[in-house]
Amino acid sequence: MVTLKTQIIGTWTLLKKELLRFWRVVFQTVAAPVITGILYLLIFSHVLDSRLEVYEGVAYTAFLIPGLIMMSLLQNAFSNSSSSLIQSKVMGNIVFLLLTPLSYLQLFFAFLMASIARGLFVGICIYLISIIYIDLPIEHPWILLLFALLGGGLMGAFGIIAGVWCDRFDQMAAFGNFVIMPLSMLSGVFYSIHSLPPIWQKISQLNPFFYMIDGFRFGFFGKSDVSPYFSLVIVVLFFIALSFITIRMLKSGFKLRN
Amino acid sequence: MKPAIVYQNVKKHYGSVKAVNGITLSIPEGEFFGLLGPNGAGKSTMINMLGGLSNPSSGKISVMGQDVQKNYQEARHLVGIVPQELVFDPFFNVREMLRFQAGYFGKGRENDKWVDEVIDRLDLRDKAATNMRMLSGGMKRRALIAQALVHRPPVIVLDEPTAGVDVELRQKLWSFIKELNKEGHTIVLTTHYLEEAEALCNSVAMLRAGKIVVLDTTKNLLKKFSTKNLMLRLNFRAEKKLPKIIERFSYTELDGAFIFELKKITDIAEITEALKKSKVEIIDMQTVDTDLESVFLKLTGNKK
Repeated sequence: MVTLKTQIIGTWTLLKKELLRFWRVVFQTVAAPVITGILYLLIFSHVLDSRLEVYEGVAYTAFLIPGLIMMSLLQNAFSNSSSSLIQSKVMGNIVFLLLTPLSYLQLFFAFLMASIARGLFVGICIYLISIIYIDLPIEHPWILLLFALLGGGLMGAFGIIAGVWCDRFDQMAAFGNFVIMPLSMLSGVFYSIHSLPPIWQKISQLNPFFYMIDGFRFGFFGKSDVSPYFSLVIVVLFFIALSFITIRMLKSGFKLRN
Repeated sequence: MKPAIVYQNVKKHYGSVKAVNGITLSIPEGEFFGLLGPNGAGKSTMINMLGGLSNPSSGKISVMGQDVQKNYQEARHLVGIVPQELVFDPFFNVREMLRFQAGYFGKGRENDKWVDEVIDRLDLRDKAATNMRMLSGGMKRRALIAQALVHRPPVIVLDEPTAGVDVELRQKLWSFIKELNKEGHTIVLTTHYLEEAEALCNSVAMLRAGKIVVLDTTKNLLKKFSTKNLMLRLNFRAEKKLPKIIERFSYTELDGAFIFELKKITDIAEITEALKKSKVEIIDMQTVDTDLESVFLKLTGNKK
């Protein structure tokens, strides 16, 4: 009755539904973050391009683009799983999922993949618009892709945790405003951490967003604030830790099956 | 007959609140079973535990022999639950929702024909491409029932399926559910409409405070509690007491009427005479047979 085939179909169905869900509101889920990213790019590059060179031989605008792509990717990966879960919980239609034979691993995998897909889609859109205006090298495409996938996955898992944990929209908004936004803004999107005072450099190095963005930027320029391999280890460890917590939460039915 | 659903000493506690307090129950395959009880009796908690929406504090539940916790995937394949609340996903239309729901149970495109059949049988054809948000309450209720059926479960549980539904739709749903039962599906129904349970269910369990007060076939129950009753509408203010002589008769109050249980036919004369002496005017009078509602009132403690 429960076979590998039924499990694959079940997981694929949930993934397809999650993809369609964000596609149905594409102006909100894709166009809006792309426009926000482009506005950041226009304003900061206009003001700082001629005054600032973070890496030797790399224009500030070029430096900025990978950070903006990764920031948008991370924020949207988080938004996808968290908003889907909180909406389903508040609307009550989460029962349609909970009554099915989908296992906690299937739920985890489908929500995670949909988050990565949305994050990548937003990131690719910003990249494609950016390269109309500026030449952007890609020195290490596989490292770039690896950080994009791991970052999307990490934030997708974090989004599931937030979606399961929050009971109301205002709690979710607080999560976004007081956790995601500061972590992403203070992660070196707009600057190199070497330009910060030593104490702030140390504090920045506690922020996992910094490693995701720094490693992703290395994929473009072959230059980064810290070793990309060190960043990779940190990101993988965070991904494993958050995935472990998410799977434990889904398995126990925390705030879902009670 | 093999049991379709088994509850073995199931308890569900929320802190000090005992929502379900040691229920043991076996529902045979092919049964049309009613789960009755006032609000807070534990009906929905029982259903939620069956569907895995909450876990029992202790005890075991199985569907067609599959433990709902240990073999939850197999158990959930065997049961379709229609939730009480009118919940829906606002992003999709009826057909999309039904196909997604079937897909979660591992049903692929080969199941689309059945999805269309369910749509037809529930008169949803005209609304199949309509977003769930745009449906009326009655249509949403039908879509909910359809969602529970798309994976062809042998056991169907309907939690208050006709709550807030107009008479015409209620009749349609009744006949549809009866058909499903005839086709061999085991049906479990919770309802506040006792005439619904009386008309549909072969057997019922009545719950109060998380416990089964009575469990029997509907027929036996009505027979067991079969009495002639006298229904009186009185010109009588609630703060006044009924004449003392009448208080020895067992009675219940329902919608402003007093229903007296008659042991013998001469009781009628005794009651009316006593009321006349006490100057309580009788506005309307009729004799009524026992129905499930009066049995329910007796057993759930609303009897005076």
